Amino acid sequence: MRKVAIYGKGGIGKSTTTQNTVAALVEMGKKVMVVGCDPKADSTRLMLGGLAQETVLDTLREEGEDVELEDIRREGFGGTLCVESGGPEPGVGCAGRGIITSINLLEQLGAYTEGQQLDYAFYDVLGDVVCGGFAMPIREGKAQEIYIVCSGEMMAMYAANNICKGIMKFAEAGGVRLGGLICNSRNVDNEKEMIEAFAARLGTQMVHFLPRDNDVQRAEINKKTVIEWNPEVPQADEYRTLARNIDENEMFVVPKPLQIPELESLLLDFGLLAA
Amino acid sequence: MSPRKEIDANEIKEQLLKGYPSKVARKRSQQIVVNAKDEALNVPEIKANTRTTPGIITQRGCTYAGCKGVVLGPTRDILNLTHGPIGCGFYSWLTRRNQTRPVSDEDHNFMTYCFSTDMQENEIIFGGEKKLAEAIREAHRVFKPKAIGVFATCPVGLIGDDIHTVAKQMSEELGINVFGFSCEGYKGVSQSAGHHIANNQLFKHVIGRGEKPSEEKFRINLLGEYNIGGDAFIIDDLLKRCGIHLGATFSGNSSYEGFENAHHSDLNCVMCHRSINYVADMIEEKYGVPWIKVNFIGAEATAKSLRKIAQYFEDEALTKRVEEVIAEEMEAVEAVQREIRARCEGKLAMLFVGGSRAHHYQELFNEIGMKTIAAGYEFAHRDDYEGRKVLPTIKIDADSRNIEELTVTADPKEYRPRKTEEQIEALEASGLEFKGYEGMMPTMENGTLVVDDISQYESEKLIEIFKPAIFCAGIKEKYAVQKTGTPMLQLHSYDYGGPFAAFQGALTFYRTVDRMISARIWSQIKPPWKMAGQPTLEAEFVHAE
Repeated sequence: MRKVAIYGKGGIGKSTTTQNTVAALVEMGKKVMVVGCDPKADSTRLMLGGLAQETVLDTLREEGEDVELEDIRREGFGGTLCVESGGPEPGVGCAGRGIITSINLLEQLGAYTEGQQLDYAFYDVLGDVVCGGFAMPIREGKAQEIYIVCSGEMMAMYAANNICKGIMKFAEAGGVRLGGLICNSRNVDNEKEMIEAFAARLGTQMVHFLPRDNDVQRAEINKKTVIEWNPEVPQADEYRTLARNIDENEMFVVPKPLQIPELESLLLDFGLLAA
Repeated sequence: MSPRKEIDANEIKEQLLKGYPSKVARKRSQQIVVNAKDEALNVPEIKANTRTTPGIITQRGCTYAGCKGVVLGPTRDILNLTHGPIGCGFYSWLTRRNQTRPVSDEDHNFMTYCFSTDMQENEIIFGGEKKLAEAIREAHRVFKPKAIGVFATCPVGLIGDDIHTVAKQMSEELGINVFGFSCEGYKGVSQSAGHHIANNQLFKHVIGRGEKPSEEKFRINLLGEYNIGGDAFIIDDLLKRCGIHLGATFSGNSSYEGFENAHHSDLNCVMCHRSINYVADMIEEKYGVPWIKVNFIGAEATAKSLRKIAQYFEDEALTKRVEEVIAEEMEAVEAVQREIRARCEGKLAMLFVGGSRAHHYQELFNEIGMKTIAAGYEFAHRDDYEGRKVLPTIKIDADSRNIEELTVTADPKEYRPRKTEEQIEALEASGLEFKGYEGMMPTMENGTLVVDDISQYESEKLIEIFKPAIFCAGIKEKYAVQKTGTPMLQLHSYDYGGPFAAFQGALTFYRTVDRMISARIWSQIKPPWKMAGQPTLEAEFVHAE
């Protein structure tokens, strides 16, 4: 089983990209589990056709110690297993600790064991690696490969660079590696070239360039992935390509994060080129 | 066991530092000082109230311990509720140390209870404010206290539970005084930060709320007296016999009503300078009550303190009464001193405890002819070592800034200067010092060692070198010291002994010390590893120098 974690700046489209990619993997015949690591618990909405799921932490709170895997896992599109960690309301408690508790519980319940016959487990993690809790999915023995969703916008690249710092720290101690950048296009000038250059500087690759397409929004409004909503549209093929690139990926590296001036000059070079 | 007085203290300092890496040694060398006072009682500077180097086994406690355990621990009718995991509440429940005597059977006494919100992982993740509010309601329902104090532990600070807002809401809902203390354990350099947080909140939320002006003459407050092992009971009794009325004690054998009405007293007497001097300053600024330093540990010191109080009130009858009491008490005290001095004269003591105790108890040892060869505080600041005259030169670092500093102005209604400026000047001219504390070092002999925040390694080294007749510290040090075969007097609580305050307490102290150091028990015991024919374990340091 391959354990994959998806990171990226808040609002960049991690959950959407993850679920659409997972749908393409499912179409390829893969058995996948998606673990949402976001207190909002909206990482599996498209797989399940709505926010219908009891979160791990809610269940733990209500049931006490007596929790079964079936209580916290729902089957979604194409037999995909969906789990939401859940967490506190905004502004209270500790979401990071929630992620740790939730992932530990999943392990104890055997969600990752051979018997589950999973090909993939995907962790969809909120925003940046802000604290220890949000680094939980990339600690020793958890996800081994990471993909960062970004775009050609400056703050998205800053965030990606920051996440690489986090990966580097854990890569030294454990086996986690960066699998590549996924560019979720915002129609920035020279975006593809810039992200390719950025990836090269980080010592990794751009796994795929996802063009911007309103079909993604249309599918989302219908609470579906693009592949489920309309498998014929061109964007479905884009996700199929991304899924195949991930499935066939053999490039796993310890990233070399850029110094801030370096990152800024990269932006400047490609930005000026466009002017 | 002949004392090795010929040892040069500077040499010992070098020995102590030899075991440390150079950076640590550099820092410790500023915290280990060979005392050298000049005629004006100027002493060398000591580094104090700075962070302990990780890895050193320190005597210090945490900020929560200082706030909840030390300052609010001895209050009987404030219901003290720890917001945190159960261990913090349980282990700060100082059952042996804290005693109290409610005025009547109807009066509240919550010291026999331990209150905690028993925070679990669920509250860490989802926030603990609701559970805290529920716990406050439950406590109120069951006990109907006059006031509830809420204490934040480390995880509360990490997850950001807003205890002050909860306290305010509960105050409105229940109609009683509920206040919070942001005393997360990690907050300060030592428990001293916790004392400050505790006292600030008492000043903000309790002191001055009471409307029971004093009827009694000669009404004083005692600040920084914590009723260790019943000390306050003896002091209370002594003051009563002198005709001095004790308004409030912060916080030994204290009551909420006493705190509320503290501003009606006419004099503040500060015992433990470290933990509470700023409250004395604030009460003076806001309500016009002057303060003097007193010490009821040691017979001489007790007599001196009583005389200072009498001098302040400038009342002939009071002065006469105080002198009578002193004369009565001193007769018995001197007789016992003479007897015990014969056995204890010249023996060496070491004191590493508290923020004033390492100083105060030297009085008692002096009175039976014993010499304090080395002393130091756990959590004191430079002014407690060198005297308040160094206050302007103390550098305020980031750790101190982390603790709220209250700005106080005269209360428009309640400010009432107890003495005119002229009266204060006249009293000062006649020898009564206001707002004064000389510090520990000017009272110690030259060539003695002063060590701030002593480590276990340094304690063991000093014991090995000096072979003191007695070592005084806290509960954590007790067994390590006893293992060296050295009598150890525990001054955090007095274990099963004490009280040691005032004249009666001094007698108890002389006898206790005499019994401990004259006992042959330590020379009679042979530890298993020193018995012939026993297998021995040998080892050496991996990182030898």
